[in-house]
Amino acid sequence: MTSFLGKLFPAILMAVFLLTTAPAAYAQLDQRVSPASPSTKEEVELYEQLQGKLSGYVSIPDGKLATLVQPEGREWRDFRNYYGRIISAVMMLGMLALLGVFYLFRGKIRIAAGRAGRTVTRFMPIDRFAHWLTATSFMILALTGLVLSFGRPLLIPVIGHEAFTALSTYGKYSHNFLSFPFVLGVLLMLVLWIKDNIPEKADITWIKQGGGFLNNGSHPEAGRFNAGQKMIFWTIILGGLAMAVSGYMLMFPFYLTGVGGMQISHIVHLLGTAVMVSVIFGHIYIGTVGMEGAFDAMGNGEVDLNWAREHHAGWLKTQGISTDTRDGPSKVPTGGGPVPGLGQHAGAD
Amino acid sequence: MARMKFLCDSDRCIECNACVTACKNEHEVPWGINRRRVVTLNDGMPGEKSISMACMHCTDAPCAAVCPVDCFYTTADGVVLHSKELCIGCGYCFYACPFGAPQYPNTTNFGGRGKMDKCTFCAGGPEEDMTMVEYHGYGTNRLAEGKLPLCAEMCSTRALLAGDGDIIADIYKERVVRRGYGSGAWGWSTAYKNDRAV
Ligand code: HEM
Repeated sequence: MTSFLGKLFPAILMAVFLLTTAPAAYAQLDQRVSPASPSTKEEVELYEQLQGKLSGYVSIPDGKLATLVQPEGREWRDFRNYYGRIISAVMMLGMLALLGVFYLFRGKIRIAAGRAGRTVTRFMPIDRFAHWLTATSFMILALTGLVLSFGRPLLIPVIGHEAFTALSTYGKYSHNFLSFPFVLGVLLMLVLWIKDNIPEKADITWIKQGGGFLNNGSHPEAGRFNAGQKMIFWTIILGGLAMAVSGYMLMFPFYLTGVGGMQISHIVHLLGTAVMVSVIFGHIYIGTVGMEGAFDAMGNGEVDLNWAREHHAGWLKTQGISTDTRDGPSKVPTGGGPVPGLGQHAGAD
Repeated sequence: MARMKFLCDSDRCIECNACVTACKNEHEVPWGINRRRVVTLNDGMPGEKSISMACMHCTDAPCAAVCPVDCFYTTADGVVLHSKELCIGCGYCFYACPFGAPQYPNTTNFGGRGKMDKCTFCAGGPEEDMTMVEYHGYGTNRLAEGKLPLCAEMCSTRALLAGDGDIIADIYKERVVRRGYGSGAWGWSTAYKNDRAV
């Protein structure tokens, strides 16, 4: 008798449990007629309001497709088509406009004491190799990339769809392959120049005096690289790294992230382009039309003595060379043999 | 002119994947490319629902908006198609698509991911209707033959509806009224929010 009751009791418990919980479970399926059920077609909610991302299970071997709806695509679309274009165009064109205005007011920055006619070696062949490797690949990367960002509104109306597809296909091949020399160049520059680009006290003075850009004559003393050049160095190193990381993420899609990560990589890549291209515009300006004697440094590696005295006195001192522009070339300590770093300026006027 | 749409009644879908298989077979879709798939939400739990999903042929389609080479177009029936001649395989349409519809033959972008492929609503592509060129590039053109997409035509529970948006919405609403419940047209608020007059 007790054993019968002992068996019955759990059974009753089970039945009670099922009877009380089943309706709740059933309701979760929402497959039930309830007072809230629509009684006319007008009441049927067709456009159900989805909240956020919806993911489930798929039987095919592509996990990405388990996501049923990803609403983030809409924000990315706005960035790609609108905000990204506006931000990067304003930054790049704004920089060009600023440089134009600067040139109108300040003109070319001359060597105040004129050329000395003697030169100092500023960059070794390996330095110049690293610079031009990075520079050429950067320019092609920027152009082929910007074709993708702005080509649809700007180029398709001019050259047509077929030609634009051909252009962007080859552009994309170039973009992918030139990423390697670009990264190599950035790493080379990092190794070669990092020791001269560590921020120091003198940089604050340089920045306070506006780098001597605004008023003629005042040249805050600087080492091998002044604060402005250091800022360019770090923009290229850190920006280049950010471009490489985001770029390789785009190149090998979904290896490391999902759709959200791909969208962020693209955003980082485009904003990085805007920052780097604007900074490089300034860099190219000052290295060519903006300043007399500057191009030589990366041209043949030799800078005019007076240019170095005016812009990088601190660096000359470490080379043991007089920094006074009133000293003629003869006052340069020549001693016995050839002075390291000192040579004849090929095209001296 | 009809405005073509898909509607998946998740209260009927039994995750049999016949739509997926029909699509693959009809268009000779290559291995690894999935124009249609069945996603199961709350798999194995109370409230489990399966939804057959493919390109929804959105109004103001995001893929078309972000394409760098402008290779998409919308037909008079509201079907969103693209030209594989123009596509450069950049992958941007996948980042923008709310439904994960665009598919690529290659998994890396190195040298391109290959021409994008997606559901055509069985409407072929920009080539001349019902030619071999069109078939090889985009699959069959059932719409040009006066037929509807095969996935929906052969759905055994009639969960997947394809056709004029107004008509399939009407069929669905009638069902919901009769049986008393319905979890809505999956993805419609995302795909067609701009033509909500329906
Ligand atoms: C460092 C290595 C880099 C890699 C691996 C890389 C890779 C990529 C990839 C894979 C894309 C996607 C486009 C496609 O495949 O169709 C892309 C787009 C782009 N890249 Fe790069 N890139 C690099 C550096 C740069 C640099 C240095 C610049 C410019 C200064 C640049 C500018 C752009 C731009 C503007 C786009 C188009 C973005 C848009 O869609 O609006 N990239 N890049």
